[in-house]
Amino acid sequence: MAALFDAVLELADDHLILGHRISEWCGHAPMLEEDLALPNMALDLIGTARTLYEYAARLEGRGRSEDDLAFLRVEREYRNLLLCERPNGDFAQTMLRQLYFAAVMEPFWKAALDSPDEVIRGVAGKAVKEMAYHVRHAGEWVIRLGDGTGESAARMQAAVAELHRFTDELFEDSAAAADCGVLPARRGMRADWDRVIGMVFAEALLEVPEVPFPQTGGRAGLHGEDLGHLLAQMQYLQRAYPGAEW
Amino acid sequence: MVAVPDQGRAWAAAAAVPDPEVPCVTVADLGILREVVVDGDLALARVSPTYSGCPAVLAIELAIEVALRDAGFDPRIERVLSPPWTTDWITAEGREKLRAYGIAPPVQGAGKRALFADVSVRCPRCGSGQTEKISEFGSTACKAQYRCMACAEPFDYFKCI
Repeated sequence: MAALFDAVLELADDHLILGHRISEWCGHAPMLEEDLALPNMALDLIGTARTLYEYAARLEGRGRSEDDLAFLRVEREYRNLLLCERPNGDFAQTMLRQLYFAAVMEPFWKAALDSPDEVIRGVAGKAVKEMAYHVRHAGEWVIRLGDGTGESAARMQAAVAELHRFTDELFEDSAAAADCGVLPARRGMRADWDRVIGMVFAEALLEVPEVPFPQTGGRAGLHGEDLGHLLAQMQYLQRAYPGAEW
Repeated sequence: MVAVPDQGRAWAAAAAVPDPEVPCVTVADLGILREVVVDGDLALARVSPTYSGCPAVLAIELAIEVALRDAGFDPRIERVLSPPWTTDWITAEGREKLRAYGIAPPVQGAGKRALFADVSVRCPRCGSGQTEKISEFGSTACKAQYRCMACAEPFDYFKCI
């Protein structure tokens, strides 16, 4: 049970942190359509996070609520993938980050449709379709920008250089995830991910870079400085006015 | 044993609740109201969200609760995730109501598309198949934006998932 709680929390953290990151674009996107698209994608992720936090709280059984798990933990207690907390950067970086994440989560949730755990199956049923949509949307932008103007191509290649070092971690199975017995192995998603990224990069005229020093540690609570800033904003209200409701 | 008339009355009350974001259709038309089980005064409505983060879920659940209470029941709401809702559950009547309202109903056969393949969406106003996608995402999580090249009208498309 402890392993399942930890494993569900990891997944919930991925979705909340990336969802919050994308929501930062609300009102700032480069065009109206994207100003609708980005919060919609954030909603998908935060919705998934809510169901998972609710489940984790129930598994723990110590009276913590989904809100407690989201708003009252500090950086070191967060277990999200480093990729999810990376700053938005420019629009190219945001779209590439979304493609990287969705391209691993689509096959992950697809495999989770056969999970022995009913809640995981339920989440997977919704999320697999939403992730397919995110792959398509973000993939189209990566292609459009990568194979676009000189500037858009340079920015997309810079985004690849910035983010690719965080992608090995996408395929790491934590001890909790491996032991819980109800989640698919992440290392099994590599082939699907490589295929989708390869397809998009070929059309986008992008090259997969060498990564001498892959970055990892999110599952152990070892984060970059940026996560603290994100939490400071996201958790402000509950920290300043504990227990506030409206 | 539960009296059948009560069962029917509870269903009718809950089923008539309109979707708050797409008010031309009811929760029954959309297929998100799974069932209503009556046991004495209690009426348990099982509801499925369309999207993981659909912000209308709470409003929908509250509206169903109120409708059941107004019909004389003690309402309970249960959120059901599995099996997941799909646009294939929108009834034929619901699809027609969407079209009449100016929203192109989802093309049937959810989630069977290849990665970058596009579906052909008919304009809900003039019926032309000559349409183009403006944006994958529209005014609500469940819609995308299209434009008709024949009559030049922009319109919402109820996304197929």
